Order: sequence, then C-alpha cells, then structure tokens
Amino acid sequence: MGVRSWIEEWPVLRQVADSDPLGRGAAAKSGASKHLAPRVATADKVVKSICPYCAVGCGQNVYVKEGKVVQIEGDPQSPVSRGRLCPKGSASLQLTTGPARRHQVMYRRPHATEWEVIPLEQAMDMIADRVIKSRRGRWQWEANGTRVRRTMGIATLGGATLDNEENYLIKKLFTALGAIQIENQARV
Amino acid sequence: MAECHPVGFQWVMEAKARGAKLIHVDPRFTRTSALADIHVPLRAGTDIAFLGGIINYVLQNDKYFREYVVAYTNAPVILTEDFADTEDLDGVFSGFDPEHRSYDFHTWQYQGLAVQAASGERDQEYEDRGGQDRERVSAVREAGRGEAHGSGGAKIPSGSPDTDETLSHPRCIFQVLKRHFARYTPQTVEDICGIPQETFRQVCELLTENSGRDRTTAFAYAVGWTQHTVGVQYIRTAAILQTLLGNIGRPGGGIMALRGHASIQGSTDIPTLFNLLPGYLPMPHAYGNQTLDTFIEAESTEKGYWANMRAYMVSLLKAYWGAKATPENDFCFDYLPRLTGSHSTYETVMAQLAGDCKGYFLYGENPAVGSANAKMQRLGMASLDWLVVLDFSLIESATWWKDGPEIETGELRTEDIGTEVFFMPAAAHTEKAGSYTNTQRLLQWHHQAVESPGDARSDLWFTFHLGRKIREKLAGSTDEMDRPILDLTWDYPTQGRLAEPDAEAVLAEINGWDSNGRPLASYEQLNSDGSTVCGCWIYCGVYANGVNQAARRRPAGEQNWVANEWGWAWPANRRILYNRASADPDGKPWSERKALVWWDQEKAMWAGHDVPDFSAAKSPHYRPPAAARGAEALSGIDPFVMQADGKAWLFVPVGLTDGPLPAHYEPQDSPFRNRLYTQQRNPVRQVLPFRHPDNRLQPSGDQPGSELFPYVATTYRLTEHHTAGGMTRWLPYLAELQPEFFCEVSPELAAQRGLEHLGWATVITARNVVECRVLVTDRMTPLTVQGRRMHQVGLPYHWGVAGYTTGDSANDLTGMSLDPNVHIQEVKAFACDIQPGRRPRGPARAELVASYQRRAGITEQTGMEI
Amino acid sequence: MADGVPGMALAEQPRQWGQRMAEALAGEQDPAAVSGYPEHPPRVGFFTDTSVCIGCKACEVACKEWNHVPEDGLNLTGMSYDNTAGLGADTWRHVAFIEQRKPLARQQAGLQHETGPDGFRWLMASDVCKHCTHAACLDVCPTGSLMRTEFGTVVVQEDICNGCGYCIPACPYGVIDQRKGDGRAWKCTLCYDRLGVGMEPACAKACPTESIQFGPLDELRERAAGRLAQLHEAGVGDARLYGADPNDGVGGDGAFFLLLDEPEVYGLPPDPVVTTADLPSMWRHAVAAAATLTAMVGIAVAVGRVSDRDLDVWAVPTGGAASVARS
Repeated sequence: MGVRSWIEEWPVLRQVADSDPLGRGAAAKSGASKHLAPRVATADKVVKSICPYCAVGCGQNVYVKEGKVVQIEGDPQSPVSRGRLCPKGSASLQLTTGPARRHQVMYRRPHATEWEVIPLEQAMDMIADRVIKSRRGRWQWEANGTRVRRTMGIATLGGATLDNEENYLIKKLFTALGAIQIENQARV
Repeated sequence: MAECHPVGFQWVMEAKARGAKLIHVDPRFTRTSALADIHVPLRAGTDIAFLGGIINYVLQNDKYFREYVVAYTNAPVILTEDFADTEDLDGVFSGFDPEHRSYDFHTWQYQGLAVQAASGERDQEYEDRGGQDRERVSAVREAGRGEAHGSGGAKIPSGSPDTDETLSHPRCIFQVLKRHFARYTPQTVEDICGIPQETFRQVCELLTENSGRDRTTAFAYAVGWTQHTVGVQYIRTAAILQTLLGNIGRPGGGIMALRGHASIQGSTDIPTLFNLLPGYLPMPHAYGNQTLDTFIEAESTEKGYWANMRAYMVSLLKAYWGAKATPENDFCFDYLPRLTGSHSTYETVMAQLAGDCKGYFLYGENPAVGSANAKMQRLGMASLDWLVVLDFSLIESATWWKDGPEIETGELRTEDIGTEVFFMPAAAHTEKAGSYTNTQRLLQWHHQAVESPGDARSDLWFTFHLGRKIREKLAGSTDEMDRPILDLTWDYPTQGRLAEPDAEAVLAEINGWDSNGRPLASYEQLNSDGSTVCGCWIYCGVYANGVNQAARRRPAGEQNWVANEWGWAWPANRRILYNRASADPDGKPWSERKALVWWDQEKAMWAGHDVPDFSAAKSPHYRPPAAARGAEALSGIDPFVMQADGKAWLFVPVGLTDGPLPAHYEPQDSPFRNRLYTQQRNPVRQVLPFRHPDNRLQPSGDQPGSELFPYVATTYRLTEHHTAGGMTRWLPYLAELQPEFFCEVSPELAAQRGLEHLGWATVITARNVVECRVLVTDRMTPLTVQGRRMHQVGLPYHWGVAGYTTGDSANDLTGMSLDPNVHIQEVKAFACDIQPGRRPRGPARAELVASYQRRAGITEQTGMEI
Repeated sequence: MADGVPGMALAEQPRQWGQRMAEALAGEQDPAAVSGYPEHPPRVGFFTDTSVCIGCKACEVACKEWNHVPEDGLNLTGMSYDNTAGLGADTWRHVAFIEQRKPLARQQAGLQHETGPDGFRWLMASDVCKHCTHAACLDVCPTGSLMRTEFGTVVVQEDICNGCGYCIPACPYGVIDQRKGDGRAWKCTLCYDRLGVGMEPACAKACPTESIQFGPLDELRERAAGRLAQLHEAGVGDARLYGADPNDGVGGDGAFFLLLDEPEVYGLPPDPVVTTADLPSMWRHAVAAAATLTAMVGIAVAVGRVSDRDLDVWAVPTGGAASVARS
C-alpha cells in the first residue's frame, strides 16, 4: 500500500473529504463493511426447493456455496407462499445443517445399555437379514381358512415428510414382501 | 390456521383486507382468534352439534342454494321405506347390529334401484354368504374401506333412483335431512357446545349471507377435526352444510383440510397405509378364491371414473411386476397380501405387544411422543425383536430403551429389553430430489442441493438398497413365498457417489407409460389389458411428455391467479375440484363475480380460468343413453365426476361405517351425557381391540366415577413446533421460542384447583399422568354446558424426554379409541383431572394412575359399552 | 483530494464545519446526506403494522438464521407466548404478546369469564432497532464502530467495536446490548449486507402477513398514514403510529410502528428522546477546539507519523458525547 492510498483510507481524512463531518457515516465505514458480500449473493448456485414442515408447501430457495448449504429462504416466485416462511420454515437452515443431526449409523444390541457405531453397509446387511427372518417367521398363507399370502412379522410407520417417490417404493417393496402393516402419519 | 399454517394464513389476511369476515371456532383463543372477527369457543368434541345446528338453520329458513341443490346433489332422491333415522331409534340408524357393533347398509338405499347385495363397502361373495359371515363382514368394514375412493364415491347399485325435484316427498333426502337435524336448535347447540344463542345466530347469518350466486364461503379445518371417534362425520357435516349453501366446486368455497406435513396428502395418494394401494385403490381383503375380476366387480362403480378401476388396477400391477404380470396370471393379483380386518398403526402396537409383529421401521416418525397413548407405543417397541429408526436426531422412538419414562418409573429395565435398535441417519430435503404433495393436492418438486453428510441417506436410497439386498439374498429361491419380491420390477437407475436412486425415474413409473414406453398424459389413456403401466393413476400426467410437471415453476407474477403452471395438481392439473359446479346447469357461471369455468357454446368446449374438472367436450345438455357406463354415463349436469352418480351426497347410502348422516355423539371420555340421544357415544367406534391395562377408558356422563375427570382436555400444536418435535425440539432457534411443555387454563379453573401461573400442574387420565408448567390465561374460557360451568385444559403435544427442550408427552394421557371409518385416534377431546404440583417420580407415578382407576371404579369393561 | 492537506483547509473554516456538524446531529431528516453520502439511495426502514401481526415469530428466526445470532436461553417467561422477553445482543427482533381485557374494535372474542370487564384482545408486535434519525448510540460510539449507512440506517461494525459499551445506556429504547462472552455490542443491522445487493431484510422477507414492511421510509410513512386512517374508519380507535413523526425526540424512527395501544403496553418508551440531545449546542462551542485538533491531526498526516494513540485522540469528541449520555 502506497502512502497516498494509505492516507486516503484513513478515517479522519475521509471524514473531512467525504462531507461526513462527524465521521459517523462514509468515513467510518470499516474495511469489512465496505466489502460486505451477503452469502446469498456469493452462492455458487440457488436450488429450488419446498419447505419440509407443514402442508402449505412454501417455495424455498436453497443457496449453496462450495458444496454446502449456506442459506435457505422463501422463494418469491411461488404462488403458494410469495417468498414467505414461518418460524419453522425459517429454521430450515438449522434443521438441515445444525449440530443436532446425526451422521453415523448407531446400533443398540439386545439388552445393551449404550449405543455403538457401526458401518452403514453392515447395518444394511443386518437389517436385510432380519427382514427375511421375521418375514418368514410370521408368514401366513391362510388366515381362518382363506388365502392371505402375507407376513405379520414386519410393520412400518412413516412420517409424512416422505417424498411421493419414497412412499411409492416403500409401499411397493413391503407389499411385495407380503407385509400389510404399512402405515403413515396420515393415519395419526 | 395462523397458528399452524402461518404462511397460508396470508391469504386469509388478504381476504380480510378485501372485506371478508373471519369466524374462528376453537375451544381456545389462539393466534387465529386474535385476527378473527368472531371467535366462537366451544366445548371440544361437539362440532357436529354446532354444524348440525347451522344446517338446521339453513333448512328451516330456506337459506340453501336451491338450484344448486336440486341439480347437483342427491337431495331429490327418495329413500326406501326401510330407512330409520337416529331420531326414530334414539341415536342409532336402521341396520345396527349390536352384537358385531356394525351397520348393515341395506336400509340406507335409494328407492328404485335394483336390489343388489354388493354395495361398495364389501365384496359380493361375502355379502352373498349372508348372516353366517357377519364376523367377516364386520372385519371388512373395519378395514377402512371408506378411505378407498378417497378421490370419489363408493359404489351404488345400478339403475336410476326415484326423485322428487320439488324436494317435498317425505322420504326424499332433503326432507330426511330436515327431520334429522330438526332438534339441532340454537338451544341444543348452546346446551351441548356452550355457545350462546346470540353468537350462534350471528354465525348462521354471516355464513348464509355470504353464500349463494354472488358470494361463497370457505371452511378451513386443521386435521384436529379428524381426531375424534366421529372424525369422518365431522367432515361430513361440514360437507353437507357447504353443499346446501352451494359452496363446493366454486372459487372461494370448499372445505380445506389444512394438513400438517409436507407430503401428508401424498402419503394418502401414494399411500403408506394398510388399506390402500396407490390412487385410493383398496387393498384386497381375504376371500376364498378371489380373482381380479371378482375384486373389480365388487369395488368399482358403474358410472363415473371409478368404473375404469380395472384399468387403474391392472396398470398398477404392471408397474409392480412388469412382464411377469400377464392376463393369464391375473396380472399377479394373487401376489398382493390380503387384509383380514383393520391393520392400522394402533392394531400394530397390539400385535407387537402380543409378540406377532417382530420388526418395525420408523421412517421419520416419532410414535413414542406423537401417537395416542404414547406409553403403549413404547411398550410395543419394547416387545419387538428389532427396530429401525430413520431420522435426523436420536428421537424418543429411538432411545426409549435407555431414557423412556418407563425406565424412570421402573416399569422397564434397559438390561431386560431385548429389542435391537438401528438408528439410520436420514438425508434432509435439501439433500435429495423428489416431490411433495401439499394440502391442495399440488405436487411440487424439490431439487437436490447438496449430497447428504456421512452415513445420512434418503429414504429412497434406504428402501431401494434394502430391497436390492433382500432380493440378492433370496435370489435363486424357489419358494412360492418369495415370488412376489423376486418378480418385482426393482431396477431404478442410481447416480452419484452414494448410488442414490433417480427419483425422477420413480416419478416416471408413478406417471406410467404406454406399450411403447412413451409417458402417459392422462389416466383416461389407461387400459385394462396390461398394455399400460402406471404406479398411481391419479398422478398420471405428472410426467406427461417426459417432462417433470411437478418441477414447473413459472413465477406467480407471470400467470393468472389460478397459477396452473406452477407444479402440478392431481387430477389432470385441476386446481379446484368439481369446478363444473361453478357454472349453472346450462354451463354459465352462477355469477360473473364467481366465474371459474364455463361452457363455450361456439367452440363446444368447456373453458375457464382453471382446467375444467369435466369431460372437456361434454355439453351441459348431454344426457347419457341408458346403456352408457363409466364417464359416459354421467350427464352434462353431473359435476361430481368421481361419484358413482355424479352428484354431491347429502346423504351417504354406502361408504360410511357409522351412518349415512352425522349425529352428535359424546367423545369416548366425556364429563357430559349425550343431550340428544340415549346412545352416548358413536356405537361403532373402535375400542374393543385396545383393551389393555395401559389403555383404560373412563366412565362418562353421569356414570359413577366420571366426576373424577371433570375437565375437558384438548391437544394441539404451537406455531413454533412441529408434531412430535423431531424437526423442531432439537433446533435451538425454535426451542427457545417455546421452551417448555405447558398447559393452558382459565383463571377460574386455576382458582378452583389452586394452580399458579408458571407453577406446575399434574394432569391425570385413566392412562397416565404428566406434569407441565401452568399458563393461567384469559384465552382459556369457561363455558356453560348443560347448565354447568365447564373448564377446558389446553395441552400442546410436542414434548418428550429427548431433544434440546424436553418435557412430558401429552400423548401419554390420550387413549386408543378410534374413528371406525379411518382408524384415527380421539385426542382432541378427552376428560381429565388437573392438580397443582409436580407428578410423582418412580413407581409412585403408576400408583397415582392406579388410585384414580380404583376411585373411579375403572375396570377393563369401562367405556367399552356400545 | 489533491489540493494539499484537507485538515488544514478545514481548520480555516471552523465556523461552517461546526454548523454542518450541528445539522448532522439535529433536525436533519436525510441522515445519509450529512454522513458522507451526497449521492445515496433513499432512506429505508421498517413499518411494522402490529394490527396484522399473527405472532408467529418468523421474523425472530429468520433474523437469527441470516445473521447467525446465537440462541439465548430456554426461559418460559409466562408473559403470554413471549419467551424472548426483549431485544438484546442476541435478539434483534422480538415479538411481544399482550393479553388484555378490552375489546379490539368490533371483534367478538366470545370469552365467558366470570369477572372482569367485557372484551379481550391479544396484541402482538414485533419490535426491532428503531434506526433513529438522531441516533444516540452513534453519537456516543468512540470507535467509529457504529455507523450511519448510505441507506440512512445505523449499524454496528463488529470489526471495529471494542466493547466499550458506551452505546448501551445511550439508546433511548434499550435496544443495543453487549453479547456475553464476546463483549461487543450487537443489534439489528437492517440486514445492511442484503440491502447492498438489493435484497430486503430477512425478517421482512419472511413475515407471512406483511406485518413487517420494508421500503423507502417516505413510502412507508405514506402507507402507514393510509393504514391508520383505514383502521380508524373500521373502528379501531386505539390505533396510532409510533416513531413515524420526524419531530419527535429522535427525529423519527427509521423503523416505526402502528400500535393498538399505548407504547408502554408494548414495552416501548412513550416519548423517547435522543440521549445526546444537547450535543448540537455543545458542538458549536467545541468546534474551535475540534478544528484545532483536526488540524493537528492533519499535520500528523502530512508528516506520515500516525500511531494508534493518535487515532484515540481523534475519537475524543464523540467520546465526550458518551459522557453526556451517561450523566
């Protein structure tokens, strides 16, 4: 930094030169203030989304920078919500990026008093084995003399934040497995 | 609505700014009441009496929209002489079978129709077996068949019923309705609901003044209306009223279910529900030798779009089993497991306790806090071999084995619990692509923004790869049991480092394709010969032309007020259902002010702001030939195209398990006698399967012991939290806004029971006790019911023992007693006691419950009577 | 700036400079213009219409999310649904809830209490920093951390704030506060960073019912007057504007309100006065000394020997104002 530009940066000088006699406006502007760049403006991309809480279906804009979600706010183009969000929708950033989220698979053995961390792949394998076993163990070809072709050994209960595509696969898979106790928050 | 759907409420505020009047009916003065013109507090659990009173006002004072009612409803239809009303039979309808606690619907029929055994609610063969199979007929009814046809009506017998368009025949539905509600007078409403007659009169006047040709009134309800042993009949009462006023199918009208979850509508459309297949096709019930043909014969209708049910069903079976589904093997219809009664989530809990159900998946659901009788939910899980919880955080349903209330009371011991628990971290909505269906049936696509962190995965990923693994493990099996899973089409493309299934490929299957693999554009293209594939017929068109229509986002400002180019609504992108009713029988809008769709005589087409919910070229003057069936059989003045007769049903001849008309019954646990009938409660409510020491019911009305539970409790949500709290109680920004479980009571109740503002209270029912902080507030008002001063206790139900803000769970107090049509629990109205101070710890907690049970004389029979 | 040493030039015209300072401190309704922004965008602010507030607190959360304001405790206050309690370093939007036994115009609350007068209403109001025309916090800040922006708003610059705390008692509304464990002062910035790229503040954007309206202050004042008239016509006689009057004790607020009761009911001071009200006349007296000081600094610039200590010296005049505020 040359002396001249260094001098020009100096608040007192700016106070006088910028018609800011009290030095509380333009002259007081700090380096950080001058270079403010809101993270919505510096995001790499804006992804169109929908709020995951209630069923109003407010539009959300998800701002992504360097592979991370940095801000979520209402989508002004939505005819449903016109860019607005309630406190829950406004907390979507904390919901999706906050510290409360778990990132590891946890397993509790029978009779154990604590969790243990296990690899995802192992958990998937263990769950698949248990589905096969419980399905078989409680299989029914008939009930009261009538063909039912089903298992009573497995049940599911889904929240209603599931995507349609997820619900479709859940219903398809478990129906093909013969499970009938497939339920959802929609009942509750 | 301001409380639970604040952003939706902006439109109410907009209407208010234009002069609309807002009436808020709620036991509590809420954030919605604060902005309303009139707040009408009423006793929780009495809405049928309130709405029935308005219906009576409309009928007695000729305030109904006569032309609409005559043309578009079944008001002129004449019933047979066999029908007897609750007014004749002291609280039950004709056909009641006390032994099986169910109704025979034969006497609810239209006069002039061919006598036919099958009536939509049951299968032909079963009915033909007659009385000897009453057990099974009851079981079928229990199976929630009323929900099938959720997008339309149930089947009625063939033929044309006798009608009287003057509406004067004593047995025409209009007159039946008039007699049925005649005793729902302002005095009755005051006695039952605690609403002063003057307030009630004002509501009646406002509603009727704002309905007719030039004006419409909208009803909005949060799904608390459904959480009663008469929940479906609540909605029915509103439907009757809105139909009489001509407020259905018209802009500014309707009955809006304000549902509480991002895709809860989608979860019913593409159901993860035991009794439904996608698109409200019923899951088959177990009958001997049932074929696809007999199933279709029993379940489809002759007129309207449900007549094409075979095409919908076959296309679904093709989506499930692809090339393996052939005409020769009935398109694998036999692969579908069969129901034998209700298998709802509450029966599942009983099955867990009985040791029948061994494994349980919880996909983003927290029943240990959110379901009725949360303790029973936890006990059920403690009886499982294994449990898989897919969620963001360690919710109560994942951790009950170490920190559940029963561990603290000593009723369970961690070391004794054999349940294996898997916690699978879930992906957030920003980490996956997919569609939500909002409360107005609008599908909106959310795009993936980032990859999910660590082991977190979408439910799509989990389900697809679980299925893949199971199929790999079973590969080569020749066991007939394994055919459906091995023959399943399960080959979705995956993408990215995590091998995430392509959600759009799943959407394409839901939409369906023709024999050349071309995406279908409409369910009218579906065939019953196996040449089309479609995973959910009502969603057909969402991927028309191979374009994800749910992802359309033309800005609101660049299209008309209906905004048809934002997302995609089922069916066929129609935004207001049955909008043919917005025009008069000749096809002209009832008024210019309320124009939505109309018949364009020149083009011989329906036109309008919205997509007409009607055959586009069907003239208002079309009358079907006698032999017509399906959509062809509906005339040009049959706007309700999903109904078997194209009419709105003021009286429901088939389709409901608990009566063709709504009648006021008291909640399961109530401090009051039924003022209208000797019949205290809904006679066919579902309670018997839930007889259990931890699900004791209470004496009601004037039964001895009911005085121990003198107050009416109601549960609800707060703006700052979401249901069982899994998505809010862990967030500091929301937790700090509502940091503790509290109850709300009036100053008068506080004085009566010695409750102090911000002190502690213990709330007691026959199931459990909970403690909460006390908010003494004027927003809770005492009411005068049957001459008695009555107090209500407000209980938000978000809390549990885990999370950033913790507290007891209101659902520990609630019991399992269900609506018989849809098996939804009664948690919006139940009797309780409230005492100052904190609840006991350890074993003394259960002892306090036991002491109440002893003093009230509660046994396993209590509350189980018809 | 090429014309010699500005400090020297200034020293030659102490009288005019003092006048400008006095103007900048009082009576001026274009605070940006006297703060070094001769060409500036219109002054912006908030009009918070509490008559349509539904108390959802979206503003509180949206503000915290955008500005990374920390959560500040789980306290059930018992003040209706208000568990935030007030504005502070970690609360830049605060929704007050007031339950009153009096009617809201023609609204029928329908309550049937045994005692007390008829009527009930539940008032809700989202409070925020007022961004005063004459902002005492700004007057007293010794470090230049508090700054008037080109939009006429008042912000704290966290890279400058040294946590001296002078601004805290200066605020006539009790808005600005020190953050625990950090020491610096924090308050609403009216989302200064967002304004810079043409976006509205996070709270106003989220607000579902347009209770919080953002825009050019002139327009907002006009709109507020219209809304007030409308409410009066509708029988809401209690409705009044708060902070909208340029002649009030702070020269009008950049963030003003439509209230349905006395300001005290909402926890707002009834007649706020800028705590540095005496400053303009003080300035006229002090101007010669200040000019001299500036001239000295100017000389220091010329010889290129400026130390941190010199900067402290330059800060004295406003620091002096802080002592006014504290007396």
